[in-house]
Amino acid sequence: MAEYIVMPKLGFDMREGVLNTWLKDVGDLVNKGEVVAEIESDKATLDLEAQVEGTLLAFLEEAGAVVPIGANLAIVGQPGEDISGLKGGVSAVQKPATKEAAPAPAGTTAAATAPAAPSGEAISAEFPAGVKATPVARRLAEERGINLAQVDGTGPNGRIRRSDLEAYVAQPQTTPVVTPEPTPVAAGPDTEEVATTRLRQAIGRRMVESKTTVPHFYVTTEVDMAEALALRKQINAALPDENKVTINDLIVKAAALALREFPNLNASFAGDKLVRHQRVNVGTAVAIEGGLLTVVQKDTDTSTLSKVAADNKTMIARARAGKIKPEDVTGSTFSVSNLGAFDVDHFIAIINPPEAAILAVGSVKQVPVVVDGELTIGTRMKVTISADHRVTDGAEAAQFLQVLKGHLERPLRLLL
Amino acid sequence: MARITMRQAITDALREEMHRDENVFIMGEEVGVWGGTYAVTRGFYDEFGPRRVRDTPISEMVIGGAAVGAAMNGLRPVAEFMTINFAFVAFDAIINHAAKLRYMFGGQMKIPLVFRSPGGGGRQLGATHSHTPDVIFAHFPGLKVVSPATPYDAKGLLKAAIRTDDPVLFIEHATLYQIRGEVPEGEYVLPIGKSDVKREGSDVTIVGYAQGLQVAMEAADELAKEGIEAEVVDLRTLRPLDMGPVIASFQKTFRAVVVEEGHRSYGIGAEVVARLQEEAFDYIDAPIKRVAQLEAPLPYSRELEQSALINKQRVIAAVKEIL
Repeated sequence: MAEYIVMPKLGFDMREGVLNTWLKDVGDLVNKGEVVAEIESDKATLDLEAQVEGTLLAFLEEAGAVVPIGANLAIVGQPGEDISGLKGGVSAVQKPATKEAAPAPAGTTAAATAPAAPSGEAISAEFPAGVKATPVARRLAEERGINLAQVDGTGPNGRIRRSDLEAYVAQPQTTPVVTPEPTPVAAGPDTEEVATTRLRQAIGRRMVESKTTVPHFYVTTEVDMAEALALRKQINAALPDENKVTINDLIVKAAALALREFPNLNASFAGDKLVRHQRVNVGTAVAIEGGLLTVVQKDTDTSTLSKVAADNKTMIARARAGKIKPEDVTGSTFSVSNLGAFDVDHFIAIINPPEAAILAVGSVKQVPVVVDGELTIGTRMKVTISADHRVTDGAEAAQFLQVLKGHLERPLRLLL
Repeated sequence: MARITMRQAITDALREEMHRDENVFIMGEEVGVWGGTYAVTRGFYDEFGPRRVRDTPISEMVIGGAAVGAAMNGLRPVAEFMTINFAFVAFDAIINHAAKLRYMFGGQMKIPLVFRSPGGGGRQLGATHSHTPDVIFAHFPGLKVVSPATPYDAKGLLKAAIRTDDPVLFIEHATLYQIRGEVPEGEYVLPIGKSDVKREGSDVTIVGYAQGLQVAMEAADELAKEGIEAEVVDLRTLRPLDMGPVIASFQKTFRAVVVEEGHRSYGIGAEVVARLQEEAFDYIDAPIKRVAQLEAPLPYSRELEQSALINKQRVIAAVKEIL
């Protein structure tokens, strides 16, 4: 029986991918696990391995196409098999209009109905276009009166699993979020249109989601960084360049230790409950060409400072070289965004969902301070935490900052 | 509580039952003067004498037939097959006689006998001496089949088997004789036909028994390091099969992997998966996986033998495939 090669889901928030190149031709034999195409997600270029085997009978998408996850890319089966009923069939995921809408001029209402693949006017009855869902997902949907067609499936071939249903239920069920149309800009000789990168689009989507659905609040404090800088100087004197510890490494490590004491900030909001993450994985926002990525240090709380420094250095280098690996950018439970290198006083960051909080870090500065009633010169840095008010409150965020501050002002703890 | 080997637990169960009931006696190849090929009955010949610890000819047909005859006449034989591979020779006595006579003769006699036998692969004994044929014996109504994974279970279940008025095949996985576990002092008996949760968890259910249970526990320990909490259910008895704890666990985790040392086709895993889909269909959230011995005669070469048998890596891979 013929089977499909589908667009896989390669990251937490991946919704669609670009089919860069086919590495096989129609008529070629395909083995399970064999690389058949190169695809591009928002964050990286990756090999697509076949999950089925047989002869490649037809391509359903051409190189360059933007395809939603779970949608069919090609048909694999026995040579000579009749696939007339299959061609152009669309699996659980409906195609968005983006593929054909690319050249549409700005301001056009994007309500074009989903055009199917070339020969796909009629979806054959032999290939049910119905929703794929596991038995437990079907039962729960029936019990709770949920229309499965509205639930995104993250299982194999877009199959809806129990967790997808729970995620669906956890969504705020108030009025759907209306993404406002951008205010129209008149095109003309005085303007230049620049196509947005996929990364830019992904950042836009995530940030709109965060700012419109997560109730942010902000708390700022000032940290005396004299001891931390002295310690760093001492450590780095003994280290080769490639192993040197940055101020950000110290902050990341300090945040991880503080998070251990504040599990609510190392958590995700999930509707009627709070999901506390057992592991503390601190992400660091990295500016790259065309946008930014968050590289993730796994188990930051239990990793040594030298490992944090070395891993972050390696991942940041990969991110800047465009060679980031999916595991480098997934699994963060808390983020740090540091603009210290750009002479900023302090700033406010947008939470990176589904995390509960993010720490925005300003520059370390020499400033006049009053110590024991005397005016003197201090070394200070401002940090601002943005937190999800559904998960935590101001007092808890403030206490977190106190602990973080303690770790940085008495930094030997970071070496333990 | 003392930590004793499975071998010691089985020896203790036999000795206690021999002292408790004069009708219990032991028979088999080299079980007497030699003390048993796996040293389970060492010292019994001197302690209980040749009348109650009987060396038999090297004929499994004789062992099976004589045991059935003794049981029909009111004794409670514990007959040993040196390995389960040799029990094939006694198939007629086990399946057609032991498992059927009470039924065929309308309940005129009971068959209170226990066949004990070491089984399983992993010791480089070659294809014909390394079978895990448990499922073949568990196929037939009339015969209870027990295969424990821990010293505690081995002792309590063997005592129960000896006290049962129906024939019981008690399969001891030979690589488990030296494992240690806590066994309380004094008398206790465990019920035959009850599965047991050996480890609690909420992410996935791993079902196993005997060596497969040990492999499942190792896999669960590894998975826990990655934050995946597996619940491990020990079947302990293959017939009658107790699906209660398996289903209760599955209704909590929605995912399951069944581990068995026997071959995959028509196996214990096939039975458990079939029962799960019949009795808990609305809880299935992913394909239910089986981890079993590869479909080939078990090789002699150590490397090849180990690669054909089950191991924790295969269980971990199966779990990750469905999470």
